[in-house]
Amino acid sequence: MKRLLLALTALFALTAPALAQQEQSTAPYAYRQLDDPAKERTAKALMETLRCLQCQGQSIADSDAPIAGSMRSLVRERIAAGETPEQIRAWLIERYGDYVSYAPQLTELTWPLFAVPLVFLLVAFLLLRRRFTLRRDALDVAGDAPGDEA
Amino acid sequence: MSDKAMSETSAGVRPRRWTIWLPLGVFAAFVALVLIGLLRPADHTVRSALVGKPMPTFDLPPALPGRDGLASAVLTNGKPHLVNIFASWCIPCRVEAPQLAELAKAGVPIEGISVRDSKDNLLAFLQENGDPYQRIGADDDGQVQLALGSSGVPETYIVDGKGVIRYQHVGEIRADQLAMILQKLDEAGR
Repeated sequence: MKRLLLALTALFALTAPALAQQEQSTAPYAYRQLDDPAKERTAKALMETLRCLQCQGQSIADSDAPIAGSMRSLVRERIAAGETPEQIRAWLIERYGDYVSYAPQLTELTWPLFAVPLVFLLVAFLLLRRRFTLRRDALDVAGDAPGDEA
Repeated sequence: MSDKAMSETSAGVRPRRWTIWLPLGVFAAFVALVLIGLLRPADHTVRSALVGKPMPTFDLPPALPGRDGLASAVLTNGKPHLVNIFASWCIPCRVEAPQLAELAKAGVPIEGISVRDSKDNLLAFLQENGDPYQRIGADDDGQVQLALGSSGVPETYIVDGKGVIRYQHVGEIRADQLAMILQKLDEAGR
């Protein structure tokens, strides 16, 4: 039994690293910051709002997945070349859809999310106004006819 | 008498009877919506938004010495192609290798893009699993993968003779999907 266990351990020790040997991205800016601190800040801010496509709950700034490294390098190289963050976001959305961006986009599909709170506020305002003006009318009626109570 | 007067004045303020149920109705509708969202199985597959659009232009160096690299210009020669994104470190790529071999045997031109790989590992992978590729481009920094809207390996694109992406297959091609792939290729060739 002990020998079997030992053999199994040796087997796993030999095979596991061979199976999980994904090469890290050779992209130049996957793990290197831009030399210009202002541009690095812009790039970092954008990276925090982009989704890693492999580990889908993380931003590419947080993730250590190789594809996130490739995406970081893409963001940094394009920022260094003078593209704006929104241009880069649009480029990625063109390929992966809105899902790649954590920053909500105003589209044909999502506009109700932005419009409905405003509609609710408007409705609440109208309802309250009606209620308050009606109450004043009722009070006025009551005040006009004090003799009714008697 | 005074009771009657009270009810008459407040009758104007009191909402109509059915509107009392409106908030409950809205709440029930909200709960139903949440339940539908909770119970429906989630699909986290990220599909490329480029299906139906032209293949982005790229020119990848050869992944192996003595073999051709892959340029997107090859995909506009009038014949449909399979573009297979793969890597030696990817387990499902081994699973789909027999299916790719079968497609290659049927005369389908298969172009490979190897993602974040090394020559030695790639060579060992091809020796072990067979080599169905006409050309293999090395995408070591992963930038062409991003340009194609691909989020993992393996993925397979069917590109028609004009270089337009007609179908994207996410994940490995299984044996029972071969007929479907051949049909998509046929449609792309028309």
